[in-house]
Amino acid sequence: MLAAALAGPAAAVDDVALAAKRPPKLLSQTGLFADPATQKPAAGVIPFAITTPLFSDYALKTRFVYIPEGKAARYHDTEAFAFPVGSVLVKSFAFPADMRRPDEAVRLIETRLLIRRDDGWQAWAYLWNDEQTDATLNIAGAKVEIALAGIGETPDKPLRFAYSVPNKNQCKACHALGGTIAPIGPKARNLNDIFSYAEGPRNQLAHWSDKGILAGAPHPSAAPAVPDWRDQSAPLETRARAWLDVNCAHCHRRQGPASNSGLFLTYGETDPVALGIGKRPVAAGRGSGGRDFDISPGDPDGSILIYRVESTEPGIMMPELGRSRYDHAAVELLRDWIANLR
Amino acid sequence: MRHSAWKIFAGAALALALPVVAIAAEIRVEPGTDANEKLIEALILAEPGDTVTIAAGRYALTDGLSLDVDDVVVRGEGPDRTVLSFRGQTGSGEGLLVTSDRVVLEDFAVEDAKGDGVKSKGSDQITFRNLRVEWTDGPKAENGAYGVYPVSSKNVLVDGVLVRGASDAGIYVGQSEDIIVRNSRAEYNVAGIEIENSYRADVYKNVAAHNTGGILIFDLPNLPVQGGHDIRVFDNDVVDNDTPNFAPEGNIVAIVPKGMGIMVMANRNVHVFKNRLSGNATAHVLIAAYPEDYDDDAYMFVPRGVYVHGNEYGEGGGAPDGEVGKIISDVSGTPVPDIVWDGVTTIPEYFSWVAAENRIYVDEAEGTTFANLKMISQLLLPWSTAPDTDISAYKGALPEPEPVKLPQDQAS
Repeated sequence: MLAAALAGPAAAVDDVALAAKRPPKLLSQTGLFADPATQKPAAGVIPFAITTPLFSDYALKTRFVYIPEGKAARYHDTEAFAFPVGSVLVKSFAFPADMRRPDEAVRLIETRLLIRRDDGWQAWAYLWNDEQTDATLNIAGAKVEIALAGIGETPDKPLRFAYSVPNKNQCKACHALGGTIAPIGPKARNLNDIFSYAEGPRNQLAHWSDKGILAGAPHPSAAPAVPDWRDQSAPLETRARAWLDVNCAHCHRRQGPASNSGLFLTYGETDPVALGIGKRPVAAGRGSGGRDFDISPGDPDGSILIYRVESTEPGIMMPELGRSRYDHAAVELLRDWIANLR
Repeated sequence: MRHSAWKIFAGAALALALPVVAIAAEIRVEPGTDANEKLIEALILAEPGDTVTIAAGRYALTDGLSLDVDDVVVRGEGPDRTVLSFRGQTGSGEGLLVTSDRVVLEDFAVEDAKGDGVKSKGSDQITFRNLRVEWTDGPKAENGAYGVYPVSSKNVLVDGVLVRGASDAGIYVGQSEDIIVRNSRAEYNVAGIEIENSYRADVYKNVAAHNTGGILIFDLPNLPVQGGHDIRVFDNDVVDNDTPNFAPEGNIVAIVPKGMGIMVMANRNVHVFKNRLSGNATAHVLIAAYPEDYDDDAYMFVPRGVYVHGNEYGEGGGAPDGEVGKIISDVSGTPVPDIVWDGVTTIPEYFSWVAAENRIYVDEAEGTTFANLKMISQLLLPWSTAPDTDISAYKGALPEPEPVKLPQDQAS
């Protein structure tokens, strides 16, 4: 690293360091950012967004993809793209002081890396320092006290809670497919949307194809897409299903960590019982909330799913990781959806 | 990075001679203010072959622990000396989660986990030995669901564990294959020991006492693994299961009446023998169909091939409890007989016959009482009000499954 630093401003991704058994201690040493503090990516590191994001205690997220020069991810219609060895997916979590002014007083909390090595994906988290100058590799996880205004019915009174930075194993608790670590977000349906690049707005699938980092993608009009769950012009069903897909289906799918539940919430799931409709719980314990079915059509208050997404109590709440608050607006959406099911 | 756990390279000399062999190290964690972080790190940074030793002491943990490294032993210094308390837990769905293979967990206690106690998901060769998993406030609905909880796992050994206070099942093995549960004690849980949607299990030399129900062998619909089969339940003491059901509604065990001894629901080829049952006030043995409606063409809701023989029955059946107890005793009268079969068959079988390998067989000592309630389909309604109590008509036998053998268990 010293040699690289002496050679001039390090604005190039350090492929060797990222491929090591353990990545660099400091985020700045990865070379993924030209300026980590402002989240300015290095050359070849491309920002992206997913249409319906995971709820993480209201955290703001910035995402980047890096694919080594001359390589490309392989398109897939329903699964995360197959990324070549050397690829890195980057996701930073940050909180503004006030959600009504999300661009002001933003504090970076953590930056997570998914690194595609020749033996599979590795997940790592970097914890930002108080000075906001750099982030340090973290293994055991951390709790960070957050005060966030602009939420709920008393927006001027900051909401205080402990944001949880996952430990290394907890990364895999969500990022697991068939027992090995896998990306979740970069699927065609989540990326098939307009992103405001420095060069101007462009569909992300088209942009990735243009840049040569995605191979085999059809025209965006021929690729699947989920709506933004907040988009009230989209059908209720697809909004609810998009939210469940991103927030739940990384575990609740046939190859996921919650396979034993028999509750499968992927966007493409067509079996109503697997989706929870009229399905009795198997290992819910007190998570059942005294209710008989995961989803009881027409009856949100009789549905275990609502009980668990509303809860903030460990042992009951779902998802069981990645949040300590709950997503009021999303719960309203899910309530509406279930109320309208027949 | 800071070294918060130290490694003793016990095999260093050996490694010079065999450089390719992984060096087995001992990682020792001591109690202290940052013990939570130390434990999490030790379990993450362990290498295959390592032993993580958790020194005697009380550990107040605020987050769940997890292990995803193969070939690791996690060992305490005794289930009353090394105590992991999760009373202050603020995250995760269980106390300790194992997702790797060839793992041994032994000689420690897990207390007051917010969700499940110790869980393995998708593990091959997982051993739970001499553990104590307990909810220390006694039975209550707010306790976690399962104490010792291997699920979707293969080659499961549960040996010498003690579980108290689980709001679902103390020892619960779900959707797993090749299982031994032995020398263990389950008390003050809703279900003491439950084997659900699993293949090839031997449950023996356990004590299930003061639960709502002692030992449950269940099969449920709409799950990735179903059609549980080849289960032997033998040489267990299933006594005084007298704790009122405290399971949250919605869970299948919420239907279990207080005072159930051994209950077989759905499943195929289940052998219940040489157990000692007494003090179970609803019924010592109940063989039943899945009672709820469901939508799953692949599911067989009636038990197929159950053989109950050579058990010892003490006092029981004197105070049938709850809805199920009432359904039974309305037909059988009180005291409820030692062995009860709901008599449910599939509709075609009702009007024709049941193949020999699918029947219910009972071969017990003189004086053992029995009732076939002759209920129809899943309605749990009596077809006639007269049960069949002629135990001799059910005499017969089924070939016993081979004993379960586990690669990690020299004794089996």
